[in-house]
Amino acid sequence: MKLHEYQSKQIFSRYGIPIPRGKVASTAQEARQIAEELGVMVVVKAQVLVGGRGKAGGIRLAKDPIEAEEIAAKILAMQIKDLPVRKVLIDEAASIHSEIYLGITNDRAARRPVIMASSAGGVDIEEVARTTPERIIKVHIDPLLGLRDYQARDLAAGIDLPREHWRNFIAVAHGLWKTYTECDATLAEINPLVLTTENRLLALDGKMIIDDNALFRHPEFSEMRDLDVEAPAEVEARKYGLSYVKLDGDIGCMVNGAGLAMATMDILKLFGGNPANFLDIGGGANAERVAAALRILLSDPNVRTVLLNVFGGITRCDEVAHGIVNAMKEVKPKVPMIVRLVGTNAEEGRRILADAQMITAETLVEAAQKAVAAARGGLG
Amino acid sequence: MSILIDQDTRLLVQGITGNEGLFHTRQMAAYGTNIVAGVTPGKGGEWVLDGKIPVFDSVRLAVEATRANTSVIFVPARFATDAIFEAADAGIPLIVCITEGIPVQDMMCVRHYLDQKKCRLIGPNCPGVLSPGKCKVGIIPGDISIPGHVGIVSRSGTLTYEVLYALKLRHIGVSTCVGIGGDPISGTNFIDVLSMFEEDPHTEQVVLIGEIGGTDEERAAEFIATRMTKPVVAFIAGQTAPPGKRMGHAGAIVEGGSGLAQDKIRALQEAGVKVARHPEEIPDLLPV
Repeated sequence: MKLHEYQSKQIFSRYGIPIPRGKVASTAQEARQIAEELGVMVVVKAQVLVGGRGKAGGIRLAKDPIEAEEIAAKILAMQIKDLPVRKVLIDEAASIHSEIYLGITNDRAARRPVIMASSAGGVDIEEVARTTPERIIKVHIDPLLGLRDYQARDLAAGIDLPREHWRNFIAVAHGLWKTYTECDATLAEINPLVLTTENRLLALDGKMIIDDNALFRHPEFSEMRDLDVEAPAEVEARKYGLSYVKLDGDIGCMVNGAGLAMATMDILKLFGGNPANFLDIGGGANAERVAAALRILLSDPNVRTVLLNVFGGITRCDEVAHGIVNAMKEVKPKVPMIVRLVGTNAEEGRRILADAQMITAETLVEAAQKAVAAARGGLG
Repeated sequence: MSILIDQDTRLLVQGITGNEGLFHTRQMAAYGTNIVAGVTPGKGGEWVLDGKIPVFDSVRLAVEATRANTSVIFVPARFATDAIFEAADAGIPLIVCITEGIPVQDMMCVRHYLDQKKCRLIGPNCPGVLSPGKCKVGIIPGDISIPGHVGIVSRSGTLTYEVLYALKLRHIGVSTCVGIGGDPISGTNFIDVLSMFEEDPHTEQVVLIGEIGGTDEERAAEFIATRMTKPVVAFIAGQTAPPGKRMGHAGAIVEGGSGLAQDKIRALQEAGVKVARHPEEIPDLLPV
């Protein structure tokens, strides 16, 4: 789960990282009030969960409250990469001497957290990593020991930060480490961390991603979730414990297990079809969950056929079949349905579906070929 | 022969009185696995499976009483990390964690701690291990595979079942099938299992089932090219997955241009691995 800039920076501030004075606004009037309270030149920043806000015109300076109101009105009317801007952050404008990158993330290959710093702050760090990797200093952290002072010092020295700023930099690094661990972040990033002309370090921008698996111990984040970044069907799916990702094709897929769901999408493509979605009904899916899955799947108007592929293990095929029959009464699908049931109670499942006018398949190849033919109008 | 588990496995089930724990305990026992104990804190002294399996309050007590040498974990995600530490500290050399949804920072601590001990963790978020005809630890259905000489290692669950079943239909048997799990950080990776298969005299060929996310398949490819003599066939799921979208498994996501299926397939092919286009093609690619 991604957090907005203003949310991330508020959290940083709680862990002692200095941030600019500022507040978030949902209307242009609020923006003006905030600018009045700040009483200095401000920067108006679109709060959307995509990169490239600056290039799209979503970050602009305003010299006074009236201009802040005008700019906020314009930005709040924008869509950036298809996402509506619902909030703007009004921050005190900073006088920048230099820009630093500082971030902590999980290094999968090293199986440890890694803290990274670069003197090339303020720009896309992945671009820096591609073109001038030597400008990024990386230090791996022992998860049981945490960030040590000497490691933060190594980073400061590595990016040629003048010595008089080391102490402050080390404090920011520790703050970011605490943020990362205590919030169960998979990414906590300050870009840029600026050195101001008044010789202060300030987190001008912030980005955090929280580990979805850890949300159970962070109830405070659940209300911070921005539903705009997810398709409504994805939000609905999560309610039922389903994992759904919408794609561009026309063959709706319902599968148990993430790996098998991906493999099912792949085999459709291999035979010339196009999957409309990824949908994992999970282990031990019951009839209710299956019914919800079918409803969500058919809410996509592009779906011209449905492929149901279930390999029963913990999931029982008869339960799945009951779910399908129930859902069919409710949603009355007008598209052909191809069903493949294998494994636990598969025969019972097939018997339940026998009257339901479905196309059955024995193998994965056969199921994929029939689904592709059906999507082209050749079956059904 | 087989790797990791066999007739000498003395299994302990952590979370044995829960719904899932009990259901799969019954399945594993029916398969012939020697289940010697269960652990549920607060339920020590009870018995399950018609009085056949004693329940203990702690792993340490269970090990002292029954000499269990393998543990399988079915406890919910918020307690699973503790369950792994408990098993490791009780001296269990092989821990199989089925639980899905463990926070990744917890797993980094677990992995770091276990690396300092003589203890192997399989999973989490995995279907477990099956040595057909001998022993089953986890949730892989027993009847979809027959004993033989193909070793299987996989990051997936039901996709693994699909492959086992496709092999069985062609009368191809399996020495051991290891599900290493779909999380970004797991206890055992491809290379660990590949090297065990390379050394196991009864495994003659290996099937590797990978998916998008991370670089474990690429590192496996390097290992296969330089260290393995046995033939390997692979399948990689997620060729049609869009970048930036998590495909169910916490680990199955293409991030920042890495973790693509195409890169993994290329790396494996360059290492001399035959890569199947779909799961049912795997039996055709295994050398006879």
